[in-house]
Amino acid sequence: MITDLWLHPALILIVGAFILPFLPKWLKRPYLVIVPTLAFLSVLSMQGQHGIYGVVRFLDWDLTFGRVDNLSMVFAYIMTLMCIIGTIYGLHVEEDFQHIAAWLYVAGSLGVIFCGDYLVLFLFWELMAFASVFLVWFRRRPESLAVGYRYLLVHTAGGLALLAGLILRYQATGGDLSFGPIGVGSPSLSTYLILIGFLLNAAVPPFHAWLPDAYGEATVSGAVFMCAFTTKTAVYALARAFAGMEILVPLGVCMALYGVVYAVLENDARRLLAYHIISQVGYMVAGVGIGTELAINGTCAHAFAHILYKGLLFMGCGSVLHMTGKSKFSELGGLYKKMPMAFVFTMIGGLSISAFPLFSGFVSKAMIVAAGFEVHNYWAAFLLTLASAGTFLHTGLKVPYFIWFGKNNCSQETWAKAADPPWNMQLGMAIAAFLCILIGSYTPYLYNMLPYPQIAAGYHPYNTYHLSETLQILLFTALGFFLLIKKLAPEPTISIDLDWFYRMGGRGFYWLAKKPIQWADSCVSEGYRYLGLIPLMTTAQFWSWFDWHAIDGVVDGLAKTVRGVGSLVRRAQSGQLQYNIFYAVSIVAVALVLYVFA
Amino acid sequence: MIVKLIDFLRDRLPLVIRLSYVGLALLVVWDVLFVSKEHAHTAVEHIPGFWAVFGFVACVVIIIVSKWYGHLGIMTREDYYDN
Repeated sequence: MITDLWLHPALILIVGAFILPFLPKWLKRPYLVIVPTLAFLSVLSMQGQHGIYGVVRFLDWDLTFGRVDNLSMVFAYIMTLMCIIGTIYGLHVEEDFQHIAAWLYVAGSLGVIFCGDYLVLFLFWELMAFASVFLVWFRRRPESLAVGYRYLLVHTAGGLALLAGLILRYQATGGDLSFGPIGVGSPSLSTYLILIGFLLNAAVPPFHAWLPDAYGEATVSGAVFMCAFTTKTAVYALARAFAGMEILVPLGVCMALYGVVYAVLENDARRLLAYHIISQVGYMVAGVGIGTELAINGTCAHAFAHILYKGLLFMGCGSVLHMTGKSKFSELGGLYKKMPMAFVFTMIGGLSISAFPLFSGFVSKAMIVAAGFEVHNYWAAFLLTLASAGTFLHTGLKVPYFIWFGKNNCSQETWAKAADPPWNMQLGMAIAAFLCILIGSYTPYLYNMLPYPQIAAGYHPYNTYHLSETLQILLFTALGFFLLIKKLAPEPTISIDLDWFYRMGGRGFYWLAKKPIQWADSCVSEGYRYLGLIPLMTTAQFWSWFDWHAIDGVVDGLAKTVRGVGSLVRRAQSGQLQYNIFYAVSIVAVALVLYVFA
Repeated sequence: MIVKLIDFLRDRLPLVIRLSYVGLALLVVWDVLFVSKEHAHTAVEHIPGFWAVFGFVACVVIIIVSKWYGHLGIMTREDYYDN
């Protein structure tokens, strides 16, 4: 029962996704543009209509699907807008299921953004993970499958932390499931568990290694979606619940620097961009930790700008991968003659992320740094400024230089295939590039949407001091880049990150499963064979003999029946230990949940 | 058009480099002589050309520290995780 006539944009995408396979071919392309546009229009129609919508009674709870306020609106606006851009960029993809997965993924993100309680949040949180993993699997390389499973494994672990946190919270508060400021002044175990769930999706070290692993392996258009939604939805959730949690400031600063270091080492363009998401989300996490109105404004503004310019960068590097099949710097170079448009768009993304004046990062990133200075958190503010030099170094300089200029490492085949991408990919990039420049050049467009518009209106990024400061940092970073360019020459390596523990730990588990557990398993099977099957078969044989010799013709078929039952029992009782463990654990988990909620 | 412009600049690379150095110098001169420091947050920012030095040192430190860290064994062969 919906309390008011209110259409959830996630519903538009979910219904739209399921209709897609049944459409005739000629209708598909217009339809692919229309559905996300409708979702975007439904968000636009909510402007100024703040309130609670879509409350549904379920068992003992009132589930809230639609909380419309300033914070949810700014995120819903950019998410649906990015969905349009991403779908246009992927318009050439003929496989319906890729679009379905992408839309369900966006629907998950929108569900989280509009939800009012933790149950709905958890539902959509899991939808995001399970829909997005298909964007990895659809790459269909031999390693895609393994990467997808790792992605799912990590997100399931994060989801379980979140679930445990919300159940404990439900008990501690006597049945309060509402999703709002969580009380960062007096954190308890449940607070930290929920925080871990959110931090994992925001890719905060040490829970970050899933991000470059998955985004580097996703499909070309899938990565454009993935780079926007998971981490920024987590930033939204953090801003909603954890504003002012001080531990987030050092965590955010570490993230910002960690991403920079790994981006310098990375040889794969899309993995570099993925590491750099970690760095940029670090600014947002730090902003949430600072927690002042200016800082929350900055976090939202930076998330908004980031979704566009990072999408644009993934589109640019993705188009190189799409056309040439390569994404490693050690296999590219000198492509400006072959792919000039992709170069220009990527450069606009690079200048935006580096916070050049007139580009979007300039008006958003500075707000977070200024908030840091304002609360006299100087070390955080200076380290974030240091990280922004790193941003320009690799995203604004290293990526374009080693793909479009530098030493030409292309094979003959790569060089022959390289050309600007199809019109739809260029259109997607053009829209994103236009918005990056619009945000940077006309500040009211973004600032009026922020959660505290009055504070934002009082913030002026374009003063001569800030201009001079930014230009000096960036241009002298460029000087350093060109002087040390030999040190940055691409090396065909991968970098070991914290996923080492579960990738190599997985091997340990595999050994354990192969040796001791399999040994126990076969002991059980053997024992079962001697104690169960052999007597059963002997009995069956006896009855067969009895049947054959004694009452032949009277109960014909009895022996066959017994034999049949014997083999049926044998099939059901496979004796495989992992199935028995799985059933037992499932029953315990269901009983636990029933016990807590009953 | 874009390709022509890039080729035009590449053909005159030494000149472009010299002009870039002049641009950098002018930027610092502008900062020292004309930019008001009233928006500065800390005392160190009043040092002439502070952010220029900061940007350059930040870049060099990031490259050297990262590469040092990478060559400790973090950067490894591409088939490291293959069986």
